[in-house]
Amino acid sequence: MISVKQLQKTFNTGKPNEVIALSDINLEIGAGEYVVIVGSNGSGKSTLLNLIAGSILASKGTISIDSNDVTKLAEYDRSKWIARIFQNPLLGTAADLSIIDNFRLAALRTKSKGLTIGKTEQFKNTVRERIATLDMGLENKLEQPIGTLSGGQRQALTLLMSVMDDCQILLLDEPTAALDPRSADNVLRIADDLIKKFKLTAILVTHNLRDAAAYGTRIIQMHEGTVLKDISGTEKDTLKQNQLFEWFA
Amino acid sequence: MDFYITALIQGLCFAGIAFGIYLSMKIFNIPDITTDGSYTLGGVVTGSLMTHHQSGFVIVVLVIASGAVAGALTGIIHTKLKINALLAGILVMTALRSVNLIILGRSNLPLLGVSSLFSSVNLLANPNQNSFIISLLVVLVLTIIIGYLLKTDFGIAMRATGNSEIMIRALGVNTDRMKIIGLAVANALTALSGYLVAQQQGFADISMGIGIVITGLGSVIIGETVINLLKVTSVWLSLVFVLTGAIIFQLVLAFTLSIGVNANWLYGVTALFVLIIVGLPRLSRRAA
Repeated sequence: MISVKQLQKTFNTGKPNEVIALSDINLEIGAGEYVVIVGSNGSGKSTLLNLIAGSILASKGTISIDSNDVTKLAEYDRSKWIARIFQNPLLGTAADLSIIDNFRLAALRTKSKGLTIGKTEQFKNTVRERIATLDMGLENKLEQPIGTLSGGQRQALTLLMSVMDDCQILLLDEPTAALDPRSADNVLRIADDLIKKFKLTAILVTHNLRDAAAYGTRIIQMHEGTVLKDISGTEKDTLKQNQLFEWFA
Repeated sequence: MDFYITALIQGLCFAGIAFGIYLSMKIFNIPDITTDGSYTLGGVVTGSLMTHHQSGFVIVVLVIASGAVAGALTGIIHTKLKINALLAGILVMTALRSVNLIILGRSNLPLLGVSSLFSSVNLLANPNQNSFIISLLVVLVLTIIIGYLLKTDFGIAMRATGNSEIMIRALGVNTDRMKIIGLAVANALTALSGYLVAQQQGFADISMGIGIVITGLGSVIIGETVINLLKVTSVWLSLVFVLTGAIIFQLVLAFTLSIGVNANWLYGVTALFVLIIVGLPRLSRRAA
């Protein structure tokens, strides 16, 4: 599904503060894989995610999605495959817009936003039913600005929004870093359910080793811009949190 | 009484600016400074075409087009050359002064002898009330068009752009394009204000737009204060409140003049009034 070849990213090239964020990454991620990426700060996890999403462009190497070379495509052009969840819950939603408006935009992620009114009663009912599955009591607050909700609620809604439209790849960049433990658990559980239900290919960047052990079908450890460990299959399934701690020892 | 009807008409004529600033605030979070120039542009295009006896339809179309081009330019400078939105607006506004002078050919053009929108359409016998009805109808049409636009899928994307650019890009919107189109629409609206005002006051003047951005900003702020106070989420109601803001703004200025404040102080009063509207909610929030 995602194929990354000899990917390099250098920031501030040629300047004294030059940083090699990624050096020569090769990665094949199959359809339906749920990859968890761990690594210390500055190891290049977020850079890799941003490169795949297209919010930054590669210095060298290629990225292809579903056999399409997307290396030079802008973020908004890659959105037909990719939905994103950000670390900051405020970034994934438009705060002043109502819940329903946010969902309407999400439902058009892969389509053009035309000059017709798409917020029909039928659409509202669809959204209401989907939101009801969260069990947060938000289904009756569709007209409320999404900015009035808590970070956990917003992150949960952002997850639902990602599958409002045809979605193949879900990128989660430390989605729970700003949340309390209970909300964090909730959000990751929702993500896991959606990934299974919609057969998504997903990448989760996290610092939480308990989550890294609990979720995903494959785990990658990054270090100073390279892939240090890459474990999948039954070895990943049986991986314990304690073993992960030793990776960072 | 006539005095206040005139202020009411003024307020309606400024609805275009208010809507324009409202849009640019949604897209950029800052008011678009191009306004000063595109408002005058609307006025001088109207004036010069009227004296050349062009049909009303041609005038409206050209006014809208000229404002849209001015706004699009600001948008292109901001997005393609990565120049601060404020500076981009100031640059285009400055250049527009030359453009306006060249179009008008002089600094002031009286339009009293030529037939205008207000003199050629006669719905009521009293000319003042007639102007009021006409401007009300024009503003009604504008409000319906903008309200519909903001409710469409495109409009939602536009409103989200200033709110969370990162999110809206991840949802497949070319934010550069959105800003350029948004500013074109905003400045077309502003130019329409110039179109109405030039005909209503009976002249086009090269300096009619100086400081006009504060009129739009003041109107939007009055509107937003009420919108926030009443927690309004409806797009239609929001537009109505912005429109009401534009009218209140003119009524306050008219009132100031009527109680005998020296006209030279009008700009000072304007600034003070906007300061009060912006400041009061913040002060009371701190006290609470």
